[in-house]
Amino acid sequence: MFGKLSWDAIPTTEPIVMYTLAFIGLIGAAIVGTITWKRKWGYLWREWFTSVDHKKIGCMYIIVALVMLLRGFSDAIMMRTQQAMAASGGPGYLPPEHYDQIFTAHGVIMIFFVAMPFVVGLMNVVVPLQIGARDVAYPFLNALSFWLFVAGAALVNVSLGIGEFARTGWVAYPPLSGLAYSPGVGVDYYIWSLQISGIGTLLTGLNFFVTILKMRTEGMTLFKMPVFTWNALCTSVLILASFPILTATLLMLSLDRYLGMHFFTNEAGGNPMMYVNLIWAWGHPEVYILILPAFGVFSEIAATFSSKRLFGYVSLVWATIAITVLSFIVWLHHFFTMGAGANVNAFFGIMTMIIAVPTGVKIFTWLFTMYRGRVRFETPMLWTLGFIVTFSIGGMTGVLLAVPGADFLLHNSLFLIAHFHNVIIGGAVFGYMAGLTYWFPKAFGFRLNDKLGRIAFWCWLIGFYFAFMPSYVLGFMGMTRRLNHFDNPEWRPWLLLEVLGVLIILCGVVSQALQLFVSIRNRHRYRDLSGDPWDGRTLEWATSSPPPLYNFAEQPKVSDLDAYWGMKERGVSTLSHTDYRSIHMPRNTASGLVISLFALICSFALVWHIWWLAAFGLVASVVAFVVRSYDEDTDYFVPAEEVARIETARLKDLAEA
Amino acid sequence: MKRAIGYCLAYLASVFLLSGCNLVVFNPKGQIATDERDLIILATGLMLLVVVPVIVLMFVFAYRYRATNKKARYSPRWASSHKIEAVVWGVPLLIIIALGWVTWKTTHALDPYRPLDSDTPPINVQVVATDWKWLFIYPDLGIASVNELALPVHTPVSFTVTSDAAMTSFFIPALGGQIYAMAGMQTKLHLIANETGEFRGIAANYNGPGFSDMHFATLSLSPADFQAWVAKVKGAAAPLDQARYAQLAKPTIRHPVTYYSTVQERLFLDIVDKYEGMNKARKPQRNQTQSNGAESNGTGTRTDQHPSLLAEEQ
Amino acid sequence: MSNIVIEKDVAHTQEHGHEDAGSLSVFGFWIYLMTDCILFATLFAGYAVLRDSVAGGPSSVDIFELPYVLAETMLLLLSSITYGYAMLAMNRDQQSQVLRWLGLTFVLGAGFIAMEINEFHHLIAEGYGPDRSAFLTAFFTLVGTHGAHVLTGLIWMAVLMVQIRQKGLTNTNATRLSCLSLFWHFLDVVWICVFTVVYLLGVV
Repeated sequence: MFGKLSWDAIPTTEPIVMYTLAFIGLIGAAIVGTITWKRKWGYLWREWFTSVDHKKIGCMYIIVALVMLLRGFSDAIMMRTQQAMAASGGPGYLPPEHYDQIFTAHGVIMIFFVAMPFVVGLMNVVVPLQIGARDVAYPFLNALSFWLFVAGAALVNVSLGIGEFARTGWVAYPPLSGLAYSPGVGVDYYIWSLQISGIGTLLTGLNFFVTILKMRTEGMTLFKMPVFTWNALCTSVLILASFPILTATLLMLSLDRYLGMHFFTNEAGGNPMMYVNLIWAWGHPEVYILILPAFGVFSEIAATFSSKRLFGYVSLVWATIAITVLSFIVWLHHFFTMGAGANVNAFFGIMTMIIAVPTGVKIFTWLFTMYRGRVRFETPMLWTLGFIVTFSIGGMTGVLLAVPGADFLLHNSLFLIAHFHNVIIGGAVFGYMAGLTYWFPKAFGFRLNDKLGRIAFWCWLIGFYFAFMPSYVLGFMGMTRRLNHFDNPEWRPWLLLEVLGVLIILCGVVSQALQLFVSIRNRHRYRDLSGDPWDGRTLEWATSSPPPLYNFAEQPKVSDLDAYWGMKERGVSTLSHTDYRSIHMPRNTASGLVISLFALICSFALVWHIWWLAAFGLVASVVAFVVRSYDEDTDYFVPAEEVARIETARLKDLAEA
Repeated sequence: MKRAIGYCLAYLASVFLLSGCNLVVFNPKGQIATDERDLIILATGLMLLVVVPVIVLMFVFAYRYRATNKKARYSPRWASSHKIEAVVWGVPLLIIIALGWVTWKTTHALDPYRPLDSDTPPINVQVVATDWKWLFIYPDLGIASVNELALPVHTPVSFTVTSDAAMTSFFIPALGGQIYAMAGMQTKLHLIANETGEFRGIAANYNGPGFSDMHFATLSLSPADFQAWVAKVKGAAAPLDQARYAQLAKPTIRHPVTYYSTVQERLFLDIVDKYEGMNKARKPQRNQTQSNGAESNGTGTRTDQHPSLLAEEQ
Repeated sequence: MSNIVIEKDVAHTQEHGHEDAGSLSVFGFWIYLMTDCILFATLFAGYAVLRDSVAGGPSSVDIFELPYVLAETMLLLLSSITYGYAMLAMNRDQQSQVLRWLGLTFVLGAGFIAMEINEFHHLIAEGYGPDRSAFLTAFFTLVGTHGAHVLTGLIWMAVLMVQIRQKGLTNTNATRLSCLSLFWHFLDVVWICVFTVVYLLGVV
């Protein structure tokens, strides 16, 4: 009846897990209680859960990302303390079977459920505004993507309390992740959570590809698009081209596990090396999916806070396109040590190095944007400067790892760990934080507390260096990754330094939480009525903060790069209309949520081999989709009077600002 | 308070300076590791040529063009300069061309499959990774050991590596780079020890709960000591045959060092051959397809099907 | 086909934020098909890697019956033609003709699926199931994934026929017909690749 599921699936013998569950339960109960007490369920349902508005969906993505960041970061703290405690031959406090789940969950959560939703969230909030559109191309699909992603995230979190998560590392190499070596449900949780959230991501890529190509406002040619939008376009292309590979690869792995097939088994002719190739054929573009939007954020911020046009726009765009293309022909550098010939290794090594050229160009572009500018050191700019230094170091170690001869010594060592945290934290995460600070006023109409933002930045920056520079050294000392315990006392001082670094980052995370709390509490004090708090240059700053649901009463006409800055220069107002017309908008719908809920049920049932429930979930989600297809009432017109009312209020606000 | 901080700093500094001597990568004991270390230093140096100016420029520009400095030139419309763009594309390109050339050369020179140039004939070692221990078979000497690898110094070693479980990586950091160990596959690695001593060998790719304890001692011995070690192993009680191997291959953690006086012939090839892996079978005749048992373990018929394996056996 | 939809939608396009909803859908569906193409490319790559790993089991020469597969192929190719006629009828706004041609397409597609299931059943009964060897694994997955796509197309077609009967050839239904048309022809193209790479090259 319930497949492999029984009461034993709840890890009652693991006190750490039980305390965590109790803690999460308390927090969850508190949140639910507060919402019920404040009678906000109806509001949440109508205005958020069923929303197809790209701005709200974007905000929800980022909220989930921040919540998952807390979980991924807790995993990081546990790993660091375990290694520091187990450095002198002791067992530490986490046995391998628990520790191995933690490092797997840490990687999976940070990549798929923190970085990805952050990227997608920023794209959602910003891209339609930047191109002067009223929404994305397929608003319903956008909501569906979001809820599928939430279903994936929920499944990962369910694995904490029911059963276990994979103990394979975040890319789950077979044969270790095959049935023979991982008979538990952990890998199945891994497969299905990535599969449904991956489909959500694929649909997002499709949505933004079409949105950017087809929905740009009048006059905005491709080479007049803001750089963030360019990066979002390239990111979408990367998603479209790489995520189907992930889908197919996970499909093969699940067939191995569920139907006893032999894609990646040791036996019967299976070929695990094929998995390694396929997962990195997806995995390397994925890295650029994470970093390109961050590059876009830095480009916008560098120009805005230098009060100057971005240097070398055309170079920058071509560099981005070059990176997009090159990212597909470098995957083998993740496994030079698998025994490919010298020619193959050298080819992929050199291809990887070539990516350093357009990346270097980008960094110079930001530098020369500051040149002859008026640099304002607001928090987003601090993140950008911190990024330039940190990312340069991370890029350098990356190129070093691309030299096969060097990689033979450094592969899988803590040097590698240091490298990719250096580019993912120092590149991607700094970019997301910068973007969060930069666009927060646009999304919510008030700024974030500046002082706490600065403290958070310095904690993250300094903490990062303490946490990961020692890893480079440990890599040179021959320490390999994913060790649960070891008997080399010489490593210990460096591991203690890393713990110190993690604690400093923790201070940063705490200040960010405080920052959100303080800013929301004092939102009236931080209110921004102008809609343009940073003296911005692109169209998103031309509308109010938060923007009206239709974004622009009249879609702006663009004649140049930095469209809004040009308008301000020429004294053209975007608001001086009196003859407002009714605006066609998509209607909210719960379909995305319902379909995803059934997909979640189906996946959970598949994890536990509850076949009838899986069939029910599948059929129900198909039926929900068909029911949605009967709904003809998917859009409506915002009446002209309503538009006029909103716009008049906006003019009044502007006069006050 | 200040003094306490001072003591702490002094303690930390001394600890780091002392442990600095034990950077395995910068303290190689073998020719390959030395070459690889030199490559790391060369490549890093090349890249610093562009990374250092970037970091310096960033601080200079950020300071000079700060908003409060009204004396600095401000040109809000200035956004392109062919000269600067030529430099920012050109300089990284030149460095990458140089580094690419180095990469091409060294990747071939340091190819783990390339036998080392030496007057001394190489010694062959067959390496089997099982859950979670290392088995070393010396086919020329007919002996085997578990979790202890002995090598004569100044002698090239030719490793043939496979796995009888999940994938992992065979790595002796002091002697040089690593190679993956995969079931049904034979990978090759050539190393040489330039000094005598005991070095740590590890599994460098996570392969399950016993991973952290899957390391072995590598003894680089003088010729006399090596002969003594061989004699010691030959004096061990147990021979390694299929049955003993099957026992050994069962998952264990922290398996003690074990010696085997003799090794059943072709044991290594049987281990590789157990899995179809990449060894593509000849297309069988129609009537053979019915009998699934044919491919189980009869060594005689197997080798007929895999002439390539015989060639590997030397 | 997409230009038809654009024409039909001109009347629908007034002062929308979402211009040309129909043509936008068809364009997006095109992009989706490209991603599906990559999915199939991955499975083809997997098949190419594993096709010789027969693990002592049968190889492609032993199990493929070309005449049978050729009949399957013909069914699917015919169904593409009949779908083309359905689209032509849609352009002439002849609802009953559309339904008739769609019905025929459905029958042909269902016939294809039935033959495929029969082939699979036959193989599994002989002990050549997907768990027998890596070659069979890759074969069943590649062909089965195509079959799953055809099955999805059939469900979609059935739903669409009901919707056309209920609501007529509305703009929405016309757009959906165009998308399904792309999907159906795409599956045909994929099948041609399967037929060539798996079956034809498998027996030479």
